[in-house]
Amino acid sequence: MLVQIDQEKCCGAGHCVLAAPDVFDQRDEDGIVVLLDARPPAELHQAVQDAAAVCPAAAIQLDQAPDRA
Amino acid sequence: MATAAQTPRFTHPAARGTCPFAPPPAYRQAQQEEPVSRITLWDGSASWLATRHEDVKAVLADPRFSADSTRPGFPFLTAGVRQLNAGRPTFIRMDDPEHARLRRMLTGDFVIKKVEALRPRIQRIADDLLDRMTADGRTGADLVREFALPLPSLVICLLLGVPYQDHEFFQECSRVMLRRESSAEEVGAAQDRLVDYLNRLTEAKRTQPDDGILSRLVERGELTTAEIGAMGRLLLVAGHETTANMTALSVLALLRNPDQLDHLRRHPEAVTGAVEELLRYLTIVHSGLGRVATEDVDLGAVRIRAGEGVVCMISTANRDEDEFPDGDELDLTRDARRHLAFGFGVHQCLGQPLARLELQIALATLLRRLPELRLAVPFEDVRFRGDMLIYGVHELPLAW
Repeated sequence: MLVQIDQEKCCGAGHCVLAAPDVFDQRDEDGIVVLLDARPPAELHQAVQDAAAVCPAAAIQLDQAPDRA
Repeated sequence: MATAAQTPRFTHPAARGTCPFAPPPAYRQAQQEEPVSRITLWDGSASWLATRHEDVKAVLADPRFSADSTRPGFPFLTAGVRQLNAGRPTFIRMDDPEHARLRRMLTGDFVIKKVEALRPRIQRIADDLLDRMTADGRTGADLVREFALPLPSLVICLLLGVPYQDHEFFQECSRVMLRRESSAEEVGAAQDRLVDYLNRLTEAKRTQPDDGILSRLVERGELTTAEIGAMGRLLLVAGHETTANMTALSVLALLRNPDQLDHLRRHPEAVTGAVEELLRYLTIVHSGLGRVATEDVDLGAVRIRAGEGVVCMISTANRDEDEFPDGDELDLTRDARRHLAFGFGVHQCLGQPLARLELQIALATLLRRLPELRLAVPFEDVRFRGDMLIYGVHELPLAW
């Protein structure tokens, strides 16, 4: 899995940090998403998918091609 | 494809049915039969009503649906709401990029880590309120007045730098502003008084700064006093009314679902998920969220034309059977995180991390400290807030 974020789109709601705190963080000054791990281990994939699904601003893109996992 | 030529089948607001926790039956009917339907608003104007989870989410996430209330066709839900947005609206009624510029001045205050750091202070506030509520062997109180309303009011005052001793004043202003039947004049006057108050407070921060949000916005130097005052008004009202009503309504819903209450008592660690399910089930922003199309957009089976309004009914979306099977059941073990109680899209509630934390602390503390908690009046006598823009109960007399 390859995780990509779009800081321009991010509205700082913080769902991703709640869903997958090992993969996403927020900038202190404005709460905008920071990517901690672009290639998270398999055990975090479900949490990352949850984060992408609840992101209100569609700021998380997932490439789930198995050869790039 | 259906268009606006149809005659509206529903009116807004529709009456609630027998279950006071459930959205109006007419909207559930719309969801089944005609998920994007025409409605008539209070002023006789027509708008679209979106009732399904998928459609509501699509509208709120789509920049072609504008939140800008100065655009012709924007659906105001009451005369008072139109008045609230007369003059210069706050950023929640703007679109990007201006919306994002202003919102980002505040998002730093609601970063998950920073909100989590407030936990000990909010816990102390909750404990202090319950100490007072149960002092001298008292065995009953109105939860709204003594706990549900003061808790978030104290917290938002702390964050903004607003003196809590003025709470009767600002709570009365917000009551008038959020009453559905308030006239435009009454709403305008209440808003003016509150904005004057916040403008004066903002001016005072120029000479006596503190570590609150108002003071920080002053120091930032990018906004006028009036702009900061308007932002403060938004945060102050949104910051206490919503959590207060969610807290009281959640307690009532739990008391009416004893198996769920029992589950939460036995699994206090499940409070995080329980709060999400209560947010879904209760959806206190029961009047819906307005948007206006900036170009023609197809939504489900209908074509919404540029300049037509859409009311997004998040309460019915949160009970959409396709998204939440048995959605009319309160099930605290459900994964309810996809609910739309805080809205969706870039305008989704700014203060939601704070609301979640307050609700988690409020419910966990109440249940832990008052194991015998029960309703002190017949359920039929509880006064629900059908007359207010934010749903809830006017009072919640409890005994323990």
